[in-house]
Amino acid sequence: MRFLLIEDNQNLSSAVSERLSLDGHVVDQAESLGIANHYLSVSSYDLILLDIMLPDGDGRDFLLNHRKQKNTTPVIVLTARSEISDRVTILDLGADDYMVKPIDFNELEARCRAVLRRRSGEAQNQIKFGDVAFDSHSGTLMTGSRSIQLRAREIRLLEVFFRHPGQIFSKANLVDKLFPLEVDVTENAIEVYILRLRKHLAETNVKITTVRGLGYKLETP
Amino acid sequence: MINFPLQSSIRRRLVFLLLMGSATLAFLLYFVVQSVARQAAQESQDNILAASAVSILDGVKLVDGQTDVDMPYSSLSMLDSVTDERVFYAIYLDSNLLTGYPELIKLQTNTAMVPVFSFGTLFDVDVRIVTVKRQIGKNEVFVSVAQTLNGQIKVLRNISSIALGVGFGFFVLSAILAFLIAESTIKPLNRLTLSVSRRGPDELRPVSAPVPSEMVPLVNSLNNFMTRLKLSLQRSEEFIAEAAHRVRTPLAVVRTRTEILLREAKTKKSKAELLEVLNAIDDSSRTAGQLLDHAMVSFRLDNLSEDEIEVQFLIKDVIDRISPLYDLKGIQIKSNSIQNCRVIGDSILLQNALHNVLDNALKYCSENDTITVTVKDISQNCIIEILDSGEGFPENSALLTNRFTRGENTKGIVGSGLGLTIAKDVVEAHGGNITISNTEEGGACVTFTLPCS
Amino acid sequence: MRYIYITLFLIFAPLQAFSLDIENSKFFGKNDAEVKIQILSTADIEFFAPMINSFLEEYPNFAINYIVASSTELFKEIKNGDHKFDLVISSAMDLQTKLVNDGYAVTHFPKINNTIPDWSTWNNRVFAFTQEPAAIVISNEIFKNLPKPKNRQEVISLLRNNSSIFKERLGTYDVRTSGLGYLFATQDARASETYWRLTEVMGSLNTKLYCCSSDMIDAVESGELALAYNVLGSYALGRESDKFTIILPEDSTTVMLRSIFITVNAEHPNEAGIFIDHLLRKTYIEQSSPISSSEILTSKTNSDLNRIRLGTGLLVYLDQLKYRSFIREWENSILQN
Repeated sequence: MRFLLIEDNQNLSSAVSERLSLDGHVVDQAESLGIANHYLSVSSYDLILLDIMLPDGDGRDFLLNHRKQKNTTPVIVLTARSEISDRVTILDLGADDYMVKPIDFNELEARCRAVLRRRSGEAQNQIKFGDVAFDSHSGTLMTGSRSIQLRAREIRLLEVFFRHPGQIFSKANLVDKLFPLEVDVTENAIEVYILRLRKHLAETNVKITTVRGLGYKLETP
Repeated sequence: MINFPLQSSIRRRLVFLLLMGSATLAFLLYFVVQSVARQAAQESQDNILAASAVSILDGVKLVDGQTDVDMPYSSLSMLDSVTDERVFYAIYLDSNLLTGYPELIKLQTNTAMVPVFSFGTLFDVDVRIVTVKRQIGKNEVFVSVAQTLNGQIKVLRNISSIALGVGFGFFVLSAILAFLIAESTIKPLNRLTLSVSRRGPDELRPVSAPVPSEMVPLVNSLNNFMTRLKLSLQRSEEFIAEAAHRVRTPLAVVRTRTEILLREAKTKKSKAELLEVLNAIDDSSRTAGQLLDHAMVSFRLDNLSEDEIEVQFLIKDVIDRISPLYDLKGIQIKSNSIQNCRVIGDSILLQNALHNVLDNALKYCSENDTITVTVKDISQNCIIEILDSGEGFPENSALLTNRFTRGENTKGIVGSGLGLTIAKDVVEAHGGNITISNTEEGGACVTFTLPCS
Repeated sequence: MRYIYITLFLIFAPLQAFSLDIENSKFFGKNDAEVKIQILSTADIEFFAPMINSFLEEYPNFAINYIVASSTELFKEIKNGDHKFDLVISSAMDLQTKLVNDGYAVTHFPKINNTIPDWSTWNNRVFAFTQEPAAIVISNEIFKNLPKPKNRQEVISLLRNNSSIFKERLGTYDVRTSGLGYLFATQDARASETYWRLTEVMGSLNTKLYCCSSDMIDAVESGELALAYNVLGSYALGRESDKFTIILPEDSTTVMLRSIFITVNAEHPNEAGIFIDHLLRKTYIEQSSPISSSEILTSKTNSDLNRIRLGTGLLVYLDQLKYRSFIREWENSILQN
């Protein structure tokens, strides 16, 4: 996904940007509202991450403007302020969701997906393969007859396959992608998820095939 | 002035003082009316008496060197008043009785033709006596006329009762007036009280309604006070916000960098160590977060909003907010049986309390666990139940709501111990209570009981 | 011969003990009655008997001892204080008023439902129960061919023009001996200027002086007198003779109110009160007094009547100096020997 990160703290900004890039996202950093607006006029983004306290204005004014201009890019507010009194205001002003610093990136990812899901799936976001369409943003798998809502890890796993169909991913690879923070996970855990995905794809012509000694890959016969 | 205890009601004080004043005036009025009327009555009797005596005096003449008195018929007939008083008279030439009642002894007067009045007793009755003298030739003639007082007494009694009536009537009227005055005086105070007490905890705008000039200093001080309070509250809020920002932003940097390092870690050992660092960061960040939460909650608890809250929407909001996290962990959250229910309170605080409990459930459950939220309206109470299929509470669960207490089952799980405490404070401030127990299957169950509106 | 003015002078002097000169007396009722009311009165027994009888009809267990005396005798007796009379009745309003004024009567509050006229009572002690006019009684025989005078002025003219007829045939009260006569004379003198002129004219015709109305009426009836002046009309009316005519002077008719009071010495004051209440009820409420005034009086309107007022004014002519000068003047007028 393409993120616009509006945050004035340089350390935090570069850390977040680096972290998101590890997952394959693209991040544009804006230190102020002025720069942010400039970026917005030039490019389009999948999601805006907005810090409330900015040097040249309050993030809330940005939100108001954003809404007035009927800009449809979803906004998730990053705030250090207390949840309690600001929450209502922030959501009322038009933010799709908010997160309190420091950010748990897993949570960020989950919230992004939720936000995008709410904004209703758009055709561009679907990845088609075989007779299946997969919307990685909302996490829905659309086979001919039905639409299945996948769970978090299932989404991540399938997204990895769908983005690189035919590519072989080793178990170790997949562990890294699915369980980045957990130490005790064995590669066998992946098997559970592969099993689930295979169940979901059962009636389609898309298969996850095992490549002995190497890993798995997604393919159509 | 009379010293009242400081807390005595203003109205009572006013009414008492006004009543005292009017009672005093009523008394004064009674005495004044009484004495003036009596004097008038006395004067009117005296005037007739004097006229009678003077007319007799007019009939005194020298006939052949002898002093003779030709009493006009009218001199005594004029004394016939409504009450038929008895009359006695005596005419003296120097010190000798010319004619009349010898029992009416001669009384001295000073100036000729000027009547002198006195009271006396004749034939065992009280009489009013007038005496007038005149010079005839070389002698002085004294005429005294006396009249009984029955009529006078009756008149005076009438006067007394009229005066009493006037005094009493005046008192009654002024008592009514006193109450009306007290009411009217207190009214602006009551009005101000009403308008200020009707305000919610957030309304710290100055009082702008017009008030009587005596109350202006009070209202000004009140407004001043409210402005300072507002400022103080604002500053505290800003402080907390600032503190939050200053604590959380560097933590965010550290955490992100640590996550990056964790991602790039090669060995299991370094991964484990970095994970520990991450846990520690999360720990302090959660603690900071909950401390700040707690401060804000305490603030708000002192000035509880009183809004009508539809519980079903409240629950939905909270669940919506937290569901990404549940999704992340693979935990299902069920909210099927939600009844419509209304409570009066602070929706932000209640959301926070519910969020804390759901956050707890999230922490202590693992993949494939289910959390069930139900809302029931039972006998004027709104019962919100949050139960999970996780490990459940340890045995000394009652202590869990004390600050910073954490159960034995919390090893390895980040938490500050404030979550349940905050929830308890909030629920109790709303007139309800919180109970924690374990389900039959061993999972935890937290029940909020709130009075319905 | 007792001159009233000496007697009256004695009134103001220390009282002396003396005995009452009774003219008449009668006992009404049963001898064994529980209560015997003692009444001293100037009214003739025949005059007052009907009232006593009507009372005893209602209260048969009472008895009344009725004693008649002259007004001056009565006055002296009551002033004396050493008597046992319960009730005093007199036609001499001035003497009655003085007795009441000087404290010889007790208060009485009539227990009758309606109120009696204001002028009929004074000081809650004395009560009037008749209205009797002073009248002129003329002999029908002598006046056969003479115009009947309607007022005093006409009497004066009549007398002047026919002095021969009227010489020594006129009669009036001797005001020195009769209390009622003195009362009538003084009220007359007060009311009309013509009184003194009339008196002088009568004096010039050698008017005879009488003690009582009944004697005067007798004399007119017998033809001894042609005209009697200031006669008690009620006595004349009671006679009902065709020998004389009763005339009430139109210029002003003096009306005497006979009155009654309860004495301080009364032994039966309550029963005396009951008698007075009966009297008042019969007179004013039922208007069926057996001795009340007749049609002659009711034919006159109030403005012609000089109803003598019960009150302190009556004390004036009792003043000894005043009395002395009136008598002197009266004697000078009527006694022209």
